[in-house]
Amino acid sequence: MGFRLEPRISTPAWLNVALSLAAVLAALVLCAGLIALAGANVIGAYAIMFESAFGDVYALTETLVKATPLVLTGLAVAVAFRAKFWNIGAEGQLLAGAVVGCWVGGFPHVPGPIAIALMLIAGAAGGALAALVPALLRVRLKVDDVVSSLLINSIVYYAMMALIEGPWKDRMSGYPNSPPIQDAANFPILMEGTRLHLGVVFAALAVPLVWLLMRRTTLGFAINAVGENAEASAYGGIRVDRVLLTAAAISGGLAGLAGICEVGGIHFQVMGEISTGYGYTGIVIAMLARLNPLGVIPAAVFFAAVMTGAEAMSRATGVPVFLAQVIQGTALITMLVALLFTAYRIRRTGGPAGVRAT
Amino acid sequence: MSGLLEQLFQVGFLAALIRIATPLMLATLGEMLSERAGVLNLGIEGIMLIGAMAGFCVAYFSGSLWLGVGAAVLAGMVLAALHALLTVSFGLSQHVSGIGVTLLSTGLAFFIYRLVFGQPSQPPSVPPFQTVPIPGLSAIPVIGTAVFNQYILVYVAMLLVPVMAFILTHTPWGLSVRMVGENPHAAESAGVSVAVKRWQAVVIGGGLMGAAGAFLSLAQFNAFTFGVINGRGWVAIALVVFGQWRPWRCAGGALMFAFIDALQLRLQASNLGQHVPYETFLILPFLLTIVAMASVSRNAIAPAALLKPFRKEER
Repeated sequence: MGFRLEPRISTPAWLNVALSLAAVLAALVLCAGLIALAGANVIGAYAIMFESAFGDVYALTETLVKATPLVLTGLAVAVAFRAKFWNIGAEGQLLAGAVVGCWVGGFPHVPGPIAIALMLIAGAAGGALAALVPALLRVRLKVDDVVSSLLINSIVYYAMMALIEGPWKDRMSGYPNSPPIQDAANFPILMEGTRLHLGVVFAALAVPLVWLLMRRTTLGFAINAVGENAEASAYGGIRVDRVLLTAAAISGGLAGLAGICEVGGIHFQVMGEISTGYGYTGIVIAMLARLNPLGVIPAAVFFAAVMTGAEAMSRATGVPVFLAQVIQGTALITMLVALLFTAYRIRRTGGPAGVRAT
Repeated sequence: MSGLLEQLFQVGFLAALIRIATPLMLATLGEMLSERAGVLNLGIEGIMLIGAMAGFCVAYFSGSLWLGVGAAVLAGMVLAALHALLTVSFGLSQHVSGIGVTLLSTGLAFFIYRLVFGQPSQPPSVPPFQTVPIPGLSAIPVIGTAVFNQYILVYVAMLLVPVMAFILTHTPWGLSVRMVGENPHAAESAGVSVAVKRWQAVVIGGGLMGAAGAFLSLAQFNAFTFGVINGRGWVAIALVVFGQWRPWRCAGGALMFAFIDALQLRLQASNLGQHVPYETFLILPFLLTIVAMASVSRNAIAPAALLKPFRKEER
């Protein structure tokens, strides 16, 4: 063919960043076709999306509010995938965290800071437990973690709905919601007149903490080692099963925190729409970040902007709001293709030079 | 409770069970074929959804249900081809590619449906497939009415089980598909193109997944709703494991799941359902699917080359 793929020894850092940007750009270009198909002006539609996500201070805070659960689910998936624990269950773990944390947030007569701390702990524990189920099934019974974590998403969702339609239904409102958490447990608002809440700080703190965990601790080293080569790790004295379970618990805990941030900062109760697929978007974010915790922030902000932007763009142009979901799926695929360039470099091979310059 | 037990053996229950099993059989056989060639297709959930959407839209505007089924099969094949391109030709992660295909297909299905129909207060519907009794056989008491007075797609799905079993074990094509899933290097030295066989298996499997989606929107329900697939694709993947990658066992798994699903539907309508939120019963099929998968996974023997990309120069 005139070209040949050649394995790369290592990937320079700038290339990782460049490829993520290229993947996002390619996704936006590909999805432009759908905007045109819907009869809208492509540049105009993207301009509205950008404007409504970053145009003024309020828009910016709304994007950060949306990015908060996405940072946490992105980190959750990144930690799990580093260990090659295929956790597709961040969605269910988020819901589990929201339910347990919201229940704790409803305890009366607890002072604010303690109530918030208890909610965080309970939410993380709920998410961790939900993640330990597929991890234990894999370690003990060799059950495929992808399938079990996906099925558990449905189980957790229906269990949550059954609770808020049944015994946990808020008698005051009569709607399928849980009772609200105590006022003292509501996350403080950071900026007057916006919804920017304390959860943003938790998400921002989680990023360097997870980075330190993965890069500077023995556990992080073990998680990476198990993901790279489980057999060699076991040979080297790492207890693979225990590392997998720990990674699962950390991953689920982070997803649970995402749920608690939504309860404590936005909804103040559990309801059916507590998550709009944040767990699945977390997979896209983790991949775009190349499983690097630091990369999760820009990726999460980007998809938060796509989500808030798509709503405004849909109202203004009539392009269906589901464009946001198409962009997510396309970006995951373009990122995956971009990975080819990190593992391989394209080399011209011999033969008549310049003849096949395609 | 005794009333419930009586209901289980009624014609209506059996017929419902067969109907619920049909899309699962189609999807499970499609996934199984793909996996036998060595390619896990996590795009199944989205591919079924896009099949349901494409089938419904084409049937709605053409007035032909069969044209709808054809469109669903085609849509399924196109998205499966994307998965084949990424995983077979490029050798990329089957897990991530599959999730990507599901996210993309889901978004596309919703996007196109909203673009075509807007947000009507009443969801548009089509006159669904009618049941076609098989002369003679449908006269058998109970079984006849339940099994042999069904939609044509039900018969297709039932026939597909022995056909798939025969193809995989008794035809050169089936043997080469199994070969590229078990030992691609041996297949390549025997002159079988690994890439071609994997492409074929993935794309045909995608067609079956699309048909499964069309069954849901054109026979079981007569409309497209956003929750029409509702995890059935993930269940199909679990059923392939439960069925040990064999057509007959996979079909048995689909029937078992359908039994649980039909049962929980009856429970929703029963006295108990008056006091317990219906979502409680919806947990059952998913929970039991995990239990079923856990019961066989320890001894399950997946195709040896499943998840492993194949590049000629690497050994």
